[in-house]
Amino acid sequence: MTLTVTRTQWLQDNGVHVAVAALLLFNALFTANFLTVGNFRTQLIQSAPVLIVALGMALVIGTEGVDLSVGAVMALAAAVIPLYLGAGPVVAILMALTAGLAAGALNGFLVAKVGIQPIVATLALLVGGRGLALVIADGQLVQLHDPAFLALGTDDLLGIPISVLIAGALALLVAAVTNRTTFGRQLVAVGGNRRAAALAGLPVDRVLVGVYVICGVLAAISGVLATSRLGASDPADMGLLMELSAITAVVVGGTPLTGGRVRVLGTVMGVVLMQLVRATLIKHNLPDSIAQMIQAAIIVAAVYVARERR
Amino acid sequence: MPTDPVIEVAGVTKTFAGVRALDDVDFTLHRGEIHALVGENGAGKSTLIKVLTGIHAADRGRISRNGRISTIYQEVNLVPLMSVAANLFLGREPRTRFGLVDRARRDAAAAELLSGYGITADVRSPLGTLAVGEQQMVALARAVEADADVVIMDEPTSSLEPREVETLLDVVRKLHEAGIAIIYVSHRMDELYRICDAVTVLRDGRNVHSGPLKDLPRIELVSLMLGRSVTEIRRHGTTAFGEDHHADTRPVLEALDLTSKPRINGVNVSVRPGEVVGLAGLLGSGRTETAKAIIGALPLDHGTVLVAGKPVPHNVKAATRAGISMLAEDRKTEGIIPNLSVRENIVLAALPRLGRFGITSRARQDRIVDAFVKRLRIKVSSPEQKVAELSGGNQQKVLLARWLCTEPRILLLDEPTRGIDVGAKAEVQALIDELAREGLAVLLISSELDELLDGADRLVVLRDGEVAGELEGDRLTREHVLAAIAAEVMDDADSH
Amino acid sequence: MTLVRTKAVQRQGAAVALVLVIAVSWLVFPRFGSLDNLRDLALQGSFLAVIALGMTFVIITGGIDLSVGSLYALGGVLAAWASQYGFLAALALPLLVCGAIGLINGLLIARTNMAPFIVTLASLLFARGLLLAITDEGATTYQIAPDSAFVELGRGTVFGFGYPIFLAAGLCALGGLVLHRTGFGQNVFATGGAEQSAVLMGVPVVRAKIAVYTASGTLAGLAGALTAAYLQSGVTVIGVGTELDAISVVVIGGTLLTGGTGTVLGTVIGVGLIKVIQNVINQIGTLDSNYQSVVSGAFLLVVVVLQRTLRR
Repeated sequence: MTLTVTRTQWLQDNGVHVAVAALLLFNALFTANFLTVGNFRTQLIQSAPVLIVALGMALVIGTEGVDLSVGAVMALAAAVIPLYLGAGPVVAILMALTAGLAAGALNGFLVAKVGIQPIVATLALLVGGRGLALVIADGQLVQLHDPAFLALGTDDLLGIPISVLIAGALALLVAAVTNRTTFGRQLVAVGGNRRAAALAGLPVDRVLVGVYVICGVLAAISGVLATSRLGASDPADMGLLMELSAITAVVVGGTPLTGGRVRVLGTVMGVVLMQLVRATLIKHNLPDSIAQMIQAAIIVAAVYVARERR
Repeated sequence: MPTDPVIEVAGVTKTFAGVRALDDVDFTLHRGEIHALVGENGAGKSTLIKVLTGIHAADRGRISRNGRISTIYQEVNLVPLMSVAANLFLGREPRTRFGLVDRARRDAAAAELLSGYGITADVRSPLGTLAVGEQQMVALARAVEADADVVIMDEPTSSLEPREVETLLDVVRKLHEAGIAIIYVSHRMDELYRICDAVTVLRDGRNVHSGPLKDLPRIELVSLMLGRSVTEIRRHGTTAFGEDHHADTRPVLEALDLTSKPRINGVNVSVRPGEVVGLAGLLGSGRTETAKAIIGALPLDHGTVLVAGKPVPHNVKAATRAGISMLAEDRKTEGIIPNLSVRENIVLAALPRLGRFGITSRARQDRIVDAFVKRLRIKVSSPEQKVAELSGGNQQKVLLARWLCTEPRILLLDEPTRGIDVGAKAEVQALIDELAREGLAVLLISSELDELLDGADRLVVLRDGEVAGELEGDRLTREHVLAAIAAEVMDDADSH
Repeated sequence: MTLVRTKAVQRQGAAVALVLVIAVSWLVFPRFGSLDNLRDLALQGSFLAVIALGMTFVIITGGIDLSVGSLYALGGVLAAWASQYGFLAALALPLLVCGAIGLINGLLIARTNMAPFIVTLASLLFARGLLLAITDEGATTYQIAPDSAFVELGRGTVFGFGYPIFLAAGLCALGGLVLHRTGFGQNVFATGGAEQSAVLMGVPVVRAKIAVYTASGTLAGLAGALTAAYLQSGVTVIGVGTELDAISVVVIGGTLLTGGTGTVLGTVIGVGLIKVIQNVINQIGTLDSNYQSVVSGAFLLVVVVLQRTLRR
């Protein structure tokens, strides 16, 4: 009895690491050209935008919430970039991040102050946000030519792609915020028991607004990096279905949807796992259709292992 | 008395995660009898009920049921958003000849049925709009209507007003006359002795006594429940508070004219440093609401809270900063954060003070947590253990520690010993005493009169949201409190 | 008392808004009131109404079904492919397959205590994957023979109004009857209103949940089949985000996402509101069609904020 409990617990905590290790081993043995610097580069570059969004999503899910609007926020950020790129890349990026901040503040306000369920509150922005981005961009894809801005998505620093460095730094930052700051501990407490947290004098509303703002800004950063890599502002496709990828990574990484716990390393590994699955399937010439069905099975398996027992 | 058993249970044992909730229990319910089932919290009453109704399967033992059982629970288990009539007939709605729910017939039947229970509300309105007592009555009506041979009532009167209790007891008598057997779970001695024929006492999962109730003296029944000898109870009372000597100083907490209609109306309470003031009154008299109003968690129509003579803005944060802390009644939903560790639960409220620039300091946390674990004698394998794994008594101590490390001047304790076992209860009571002696001002809410009489230096008695009397010194007796609650005018109780 | 009044406001609020929007559109846009436009409007709404009907049941049990958009697309592709084997096959195959996926959703949610959100998210991916698998990764679009009886189902008309409109109306009427006037409907409300209590009251909660997800999947498949019949082909790229439209109209119609309360009529009104607004935006020739989703989002926002503040 106790043995099964510990085993389940162990699987919940380490399942994602085991899966990543197994997949790496499989590829090392059976996939041609897998253990190459070039391949790892590609995998990391492709993972970076999802990871950045997933970090914010993990924090939101830790408060027993969810943010469906992240993909739309990426599109908004992408749409804002060309408007301000004339004033220099820094201004353009700052404006994009401001858009993310405003979107997050709106979500946070609806959840914390108005008291609307997170799914519905962020659904409104998911439905309307991309439309707004398209209206801003006049429905057009805009090619970008600012070399400094494009460098963000294509250049290396110390041999590592800048976007990967940024994603890594943000992961460390979010881990530190979660585990080492008052805000992080309050966030987890709010997710674990909101009423108790309020009665303990915690600034529940401020924490919630803060979490959604962070999530919005991270989504905007992801939108900026993806836009830079693409070399074009494409609000129609930017971040499409990103909310699903991010939620999947967080959940596969072992953060429970019921809140009260944030696993940052697990989230990173969740992103890596889903990326590896996709890469493995592609490298073995399995079509996208099979890839999607396998992803579905992985999600169900991960949540089944992590589910709260009655 | 008829001797034909409707329920017979022999040698039932049930274990949860290694803990024996029921240990070789025998229990017989005869047709048409009202059988009291009593015991302290955790004695195994709920488990026995769940085994009887088939929600839990027994690990061992034999159960025979010769009739349909229907249960009403302490918390109303109905659907608040559905109409009263829909709740009453859920699962056995009258049908039209097309097989559809006949709403007209259902509503008419519901109205007629409920009038027999003293309920005149519109049966088409959502159940949630009714008062809790009325909801309880609907639950009872539903249970009875299910053509049950046995009705199990789990603390049915705990949330009822006196008037509603009488209606409920009338209904119970009617059921009795109709030959329905009843298992009646309650802590209220008066009710038990008024209506029950037989009694079964559970303690630590065992049946320690079964037999006719009227032959059993009350003090004997209490001693069976608590497992202490009668003489010991006479000598020490049932609680573990010591004597108190509070300093005769100015009040550190003054709550003036607290009004939040309809719950409380013009309540005045003051507490001096080192003093334990008890808030007495029936459930629903406004005890918890008064405490929540003081901490700023209940919106006020008007009223002021002064700490050391200075007014405190009406919100939880300001109150906490001014030195007021509240231990909520419902540990599970308003107290512990279950998935966090003991350490994190303790430091939660004090976090901003334990770090710099929003960065927490683990070393300072550990020091404080160690100190409180020792001082409050919290039993944990390590401070990193999850708080959900602790016993009720230890969880309560963790919450107490959470507040103590914010260095409060005023502690509001709402039912601090509810649902924790007898030994831990005595420890928590002794702790409250100790804290007051160290100079804390304590406002103690308890529905156990003995706990209040033993623990408090002064009692404020509430009735229907208003102060019905203040008692101290010689007048701190059971009789005076009951008189104040019952609104009897006693010459000296009225002069305040 | 306030609860009762609020309920009335929620239900009638959407109805009043619909009447107002229609009245204003009628006056301002001459083409809005034309029979052609109204027919088109009703037809467009009927597909969404069929999906939203299932969603209404799911949301009243306190759940959510994200898979309907994918199932809608999958249903269309399956119908188009099966149409070569006749009318019955074209209708039955999408209902069976999508119903089966809905059944799996229901079983996982009701029996294993997994969150509806995540289970149906997985089946969203799965159904989309299945769709790609049977269309050569989306490269093949199955055509339906223009003279087949199945196309008639989508394109046939009575007084110019398409069959799907009558089918959707009939299904919604039936759905309303099931929800409000049968024992099953009562179980659905009880499940979403207070699940633990419902269990103790003997309500077959597990069965109710399995049933609503199965129904939701089946209805999404049906909507896909009707769309395929109307378009005369199994278009692979439709249905992305349709689940969000369905959830939006249900919420706008006054059904609370927390479960336990809601009406089919409200959902139909919600469909009407969204479709009329989209229609009007299309009529303003100068306005970017992207404003449709902006207005839908803003509208959803206003409705949920109003719902929330009125309940206080």
